[in-house]
Amino acid sequence: MLKDPHSNVFTIGIGGAAGDGVRESGQSLGQLLCELGYEVYISNTYPSLIRGGHNFTRISFSKEKVWCDHNELDVLIALNEETVKLHRDELKIVRKDNKTTETFGGVIFADAFELEDVEKLGTNAVTIPMSASSKELNAPAITRNSVALGATCYLLDLDYKIMQKILADVFKNKMPEINIKLADIGYEHMRNSRGFSSRPRLEEKPRGLASSKKLLDGNTSIGLGLISAGLDSYIAYPMTPVTGLLHFLAEASPRGLASRRSLEVLEASPQVIQPENELSVINMALGMSYAGKRVAIGSATGGFMLMQESFSMAGMAELPLVVIVGQRQAPATGVPTFSSQTDLHSAIHAGHGEFPRIVIAPGDHEEAFYSGISALNLAWKYQIPVIVLMDKNLCEHSATVTIDTSMRIVERGKTVSSLSNFEIEGREYDRYAITSDGISPMVFPGIPNAVVKITSYEHDEHGITADEAGPVKAMIDKRFKKEETIHKELDEMETIKVYGHEKSRDVIVFWGSTKSPVLEAAKYLKSPVKFLQILCVEPFPKIKVSKILRDAKRIINIECNHNAQMAGLIKEKTGISVTNNILKYDSRPFDPIKLADEINSLRNDP
Amino acid sequence: MPIDISTKSNITWCPGCPNSQILVAFRKVISDLADPENSTGRLKIENIVGVAGIGCHGKISDYINVNTFTSLHGRSIPVMTGIKCANPKLTVIGFTGDGDSYSEGLEHLLHAAKRNSDIKLFVHDNQVFALTTGQADARSPKGYKGKSTPFGSIEEPFNPLLMLLSAGATFVARTYAGDINATEKIMKAAILHKGFSFVDIIQPCITFFDTRDYLKDKLFWIDENTPKNDLNEAIKMVNVNTDKIPLGIFYSVEKSTFEEELSRGEASRPSLE
Repeated sequence: MLKDPHSNVFTIGIGGAAGDGVRESGQSLGQLLCELGYEVYISNTYPSLIRGGHNFTRISFSKEKVWCDHNELDVLIALNEETVKLHRDELKIVRKDNKTTETFGGVIFADAFELEDVEKLGTNAVTIPMSASSKELNAPAITRNSVALGATCYLLDLDYKIMQKILADVFKNKMPEINIKLADIGYEHMRNSRGFSSRPRLEEKPRGLASSKKLLDGNTSIGLGLISAGLDSYIAYPMTPVTGLLHFLAEASPRGLASRRSLEVLEASPQVIQPENELSVINMALGMSYAGKRVAIGSATGGFMLMQESFSMAGMAELPLVVIVGQRQAPATGVPTFSSQTDLHSAIHAGHGEFPRIVIAPGDHEEAFYSGISALNLAWKYQIPVIVLMDKNLCEHSATVTIDTSMRIVERGKTVSSLSNFEIEGREYDRYAITSDGISPMVFPGIPNAVVKITSYEHDEHGITADEAGPVKAMIDKRFKKEETIHKELDEMETIKVYGHEKSRDVIVFWGSTKSPVLEAAKYLKSPVKFLQILCVEPFPKIKVSKILRDAKRIINIECNHNAQMAGLIKEKTGISVTNNILKYDSRPFDPIKLADEINSLRNDP
Repeated sequence: MPIDISTKSNITWCPGCPNSQILVAFRKVISDLADPENSTGRLKIENIVGVAGIGCHGKISDYINVNTFTSLHGRSIPVMTGIKCANPKLTVIGFTGDGDSYSEGLEHLLHAAKRNSDIKLFVHDNQVFALTTGQADARSPKGYKGKSTPFGSIEEPFNPLLMLLSAGATFVARTYAGDINATEKIMKAAILHKGFSFVDIIQPCITFFDTRDYLKDKLFWIDENTPKNDLNEAIKMVNVNTDKIPLGIFYSVEKSTFEEELSRGEASRPSLE
């Protein structure tokens, strides 16, 4: 349909009120595109309310990897008039050959348009019988979205039979007959529209049905990662944006599996508990960890801040614990359904006192999956708390991923079952025995002759309260001995990633979900540049980061906060100052095209 | 030879503190219930986990040679539920204080009762924050003069038994630390009860709020043969309008536990290894 610098990425927006099924329609369409072999990225924007308001889902797709959705729309599906008003100016604009007249490249689908919209949009305002058709079939109003789905399939130049085949799968648990019938109506309506059939359609043809990709949101990705690492229990109190992880795992729990349709991926499902508050969440988890279960908890940073004293206890008592933390626009309740990267410092400094911990900040959905695996295994190997720092964009946006959800990597560290040379019989078991690597053999209550004593107080090797100077220092030294061991392992792991032009002396630095708009923007940069992603933010990979940054001419740091927290951390750990910051703190994600413009103009400055 | 669960740690409670009487009662209960040679023995010593909070009571962890978890202030109860969920074979016995369960962390106490978590809780109730040298807490009577209320506390105290009955606890009892035999008997019943057991142990603080003389003619034991399955009767028994303080087992009924409900369907869960 379009020829412009980013014509190989198509974007479809769906807007309506909460309760209109905006998000579900986006998922259905995304799944359809995924099964066609497209790379897909879906964003969801919604206010904190249950009915009404304005919900918006945007799907960008291409034959090549789409790191992030774009603002400009090829198709807008407007489920209400408000959506037309709010988004009509986001339609892609095509410049005609004579370069003097601009015309809209995108179309809007709606039940009806107001006169002023028709005047402004002309033939780009396309009326399709959404509500009327679903009413005719006596179907719930929400099914009207399927008419638009069918119309969109026509625009994609999708073979009618292929569409039906995929929709049967997409709607397999959601009134398949009605939804497919309504999609047919939309498709046929477009085929028979006189004014429209002569119009060029999306040029990118689907590659066929051979895709091995999955379309997952970040919450599901990390949940699958935790399961792959042998998660026994997940405990959480609901809080956006990590609530989706609780929902996903609750469906996958033994109770969920026993009472509901089975989920194909999950032959090993965790126990799921939602207690009275966050304090209960983390303390239940500490009890479970003490009794030998691989446990994870999750919350937004606000909920995690309620847990601080207990997080510190995990450090003191050396209990393996994984915490999934989802940033959203703060301080306080903030803008609860929108994103930010304001909690880097909170996460790496979480809990009072000094103790080793690891903080991983995945940047995309595949990294979220692998972070889930690493986090649980590292927590167990080193008997420490591990944080996976996510944010709203990563938790709730979806993308096509290639991951093997059947993989199982379960490392238990020095637990008694894996220690052949460790004999409990005949001598007292010391939970905090001092060893050369700082890691004490871990035994769980229930084993004859082993008395397992855990405490929030400083303690001796046996776990008895200690307050004399010698034992206090000895135990702190023991815990930090573990940190040396951790450093050695992390040196071998992918704690940073480098992309782009290896030789460029301009380096763009980012962390977390900002990876998504930055790598998408990379497609539109005028000259090659090197990118540095910092994946492990604590312990900070200072040697690796210094090596990349020390010879850079220009360091552009991009993050979603006001204070340039990563720039500060780099300075603190390496002494290197970034030269430019691109910061966004209006709670909205970067648009990759605008970000590319900003980077291009920065680099043009002498 | 009976099981000895004493440890080498020096006892640092004030000399004469009734906490020592609670410790003696508990050691007797364990040596009885966990003695393999005793026909009444029903527990394996390695399957017993003691959980303590922060306060004078919490020192008990260092004085019993069984698995223990000394939690943060007010947070013992979720830890106990976590342990029980993780391994239902374990018998999870909690020691907390009135500051540790009725002030800080009250929500955990009520929710554990509500969900009938299969854990046993002994609250060392001395009606004062003792380890922090004597401030009013949720159980201090109105008018109590402590360092933070030099002119008398202006708040009425909680009635914990009434609170726990309405929250859904399936075993509610009270004992007096000074009566070691009675405490032992009630502890034993609480441990053997399936579901959430709650025992308030009156434990005068001899340093900051010595109520031993005052309590002499206030404490009374309810008739042991009173039916224990009537919630309304139990509420009447604990809700006395005089200054008398009833002792005994007020309520004991059996219901499915949180951990049983949670593990439903788990049999089908394949092990990873």
